[in-house]
Amino acid sequence: MTKERIALAMVVVLALLPLLFAAMGESYYLTVATRMMIFGIAALSLDLILGFGGLISLGHAVYLGIGGYAVGILDFYGISNGFVQLGVATLASAGAALFIGAVSLRTSGVFFLMITLAFSQMVYFLAISINSFGGDDGLTLNAHSDLGLNFGNTQVFYYFVLACLAFFLWLSFRIVRSRFGMLLRGMKFNESRMIAIGFPTFRYKLTAFVISGAICGFAGALLANQTLFVSPSIMQWSRSGDLLVMVIAGGMGTIVGPVIGAIMFLLLEKVLASFTTYWGALLGMVLIALVLMGKTGLLGGMAKGGRPHG
Amino acid sequence: MTGTTPLLAVNGLEAGYGESRVLFGLSLDVREGEVVTLLGRNGMGKTTTIHSIMGIVTPTAGDIRFAGAAVQRLPAYAIARRGIGLVPEGRQIFPNLSVRENLIATATRNTSNGWDVERVLKLFPPLRERLSSWGNLLSGGEQQMLAIGRALLTNPRLLILDEATEGLAPLVRAHIWSVIEEIKATGMSILIVDKNVDALTRIADRHYVLERGRVVWSGTSAALVADGEIKTRYLGV
Repeated sequence: MTKERIALAMVVVLALLPLLFAAMGESYYLTVATRMMIFGIAALSLDLILGFGGLISLGHAVYLGIGGYAVGILDFYGISNGFVQLGVATLASAGAALFIGAVSLRTSGVFFLMITLAFSQMVYFLAISINSFGGDDGLTLNAHSDLGLNFGNTQVFYYFVLACLAFFLWLSFRIVRSRFGMLLRGMKFNESRMIAIGFPTFRYKLTAFVISGAICGFAGALLANQTLFVSPSIMQWSRSGDLLVMVIAGGMGTIVGPVIGAIMFLLLEKVLASFTTYWGALLGMVLIALVLMGKTGLLGGMAKGGRPHG
Repeated sequence: MTGTTPLLAVNGLEAGYGESRVLFGLSLDVREGEVVTLLGRNGMGKTTTIHSIMGIVTPTAGDIRFAGAAVQRLPAYAIARRGIGLVPEGRQIFPNLSVRENLIATATRNTSNGWDVERVLKLFPPLRERLSSWGNLLSGGEQQMLAIGRALLTNPRLLILDEATEGLAPLVRAHIWSVIEEIKATGMSILIVDKNVDALTRIADRHYVLERGRVVWSGTSAALVADGEIKTRYLGV
């Protein structure tokens, strides 16, 4: 099965899921599933730079925070227009990614990891220290982003998030198969060769970094809408670690894999937490097993013998 | 040919890695439409010369002019963009791209020199059947064809081949040589490194023999064939 088919099948299943939940009379599951899809978008955005660019960022949750706070702060000042909120969230994240990327992409490997971590920590502590926006306690939103849709209705919001997920899946496949995507994949494997052929790799990596940050910022705005609340914990560094786990366990460089990874991660978190308060230890064991058994992640097994793009 | 500016002119080139110096005042030139070789045993500085020209290694002294302009201070990508296509030692195909993607990812949109995917596939028919294979699933010969095709699609004015036929089977080798002759016939300027002196004397116009980072002999194919001592003394053949 090609990755597109898997993605399509996943979207269809997700579209039918609310009917199942309605039949079960479990509307709470809808909220959980919405959260999974939002993290799916965030994980997918990280896969663009990790799976295709080979850039291991340990600060990707910072864009969730920037996107979330963009919505929260605009709401704080009484601006509830959804187009403005989501637009600002996306652009602010893109701007932050441009700055962070311009500095961190001059390094690679473990140094890149440390610099992205450092930047995310800076923004994290900034959010903690600004008391007018709630500081450590976070910021409660007065209303959902106003797009003319009733986001207060969990079903409406679910389908809106699903539509966003489907769009970003489509966009990511387009990007990866484009000439830009080919160059990105090529430089992941052999950067010096790409330079010697005539391509300044820094610009391409920075572009990917900005696109990735923008998509993750959008996911942050969705997250703020779901909970009507943002706090610094949204961009805690462990959150960035969770995103890495989702991508790696789901299958790096597969686009749809990280979405499945995000769903599995949150599902395991829920299920294991119902057994024990030490669910983190169990989750760790499951993840070790997953990565050891199939080094290519969950999707690596499903889409085996995958044909090259194009 | 006196009076015309060479396409590539290297003068007094010195380069090395850290403390160790590899090139000591090396000079060479390649004129428009000419096929020139770099000969010499392993470790004599052939690849370092090529890497200096391409800006992969930064020269410590000397100057490199391409198409009349100094290029030795330019970043590597900019030198390639000026019109130098390198077929590197060991091919260095992108294994995570398909054959088609390997060809088109880095191709120039401006095909003024006439190289497009179709023409490359005519030159290398075996690649046509492998277009949707991953780059690393090709045989050595196919990889070399792909590496040459990839370089041609950047529509260079100078094609550089480092170890053009290294590690290839005799039949494949013969195919590569005949293709290089075809490319030469289009008027392309070519700089080749290879150990196959017999094939090179047949195809190339002029040769430079390198010994410990210096040019110790240069001349035409006829002169190289005539001078048997060069081969035994510097090339070990």
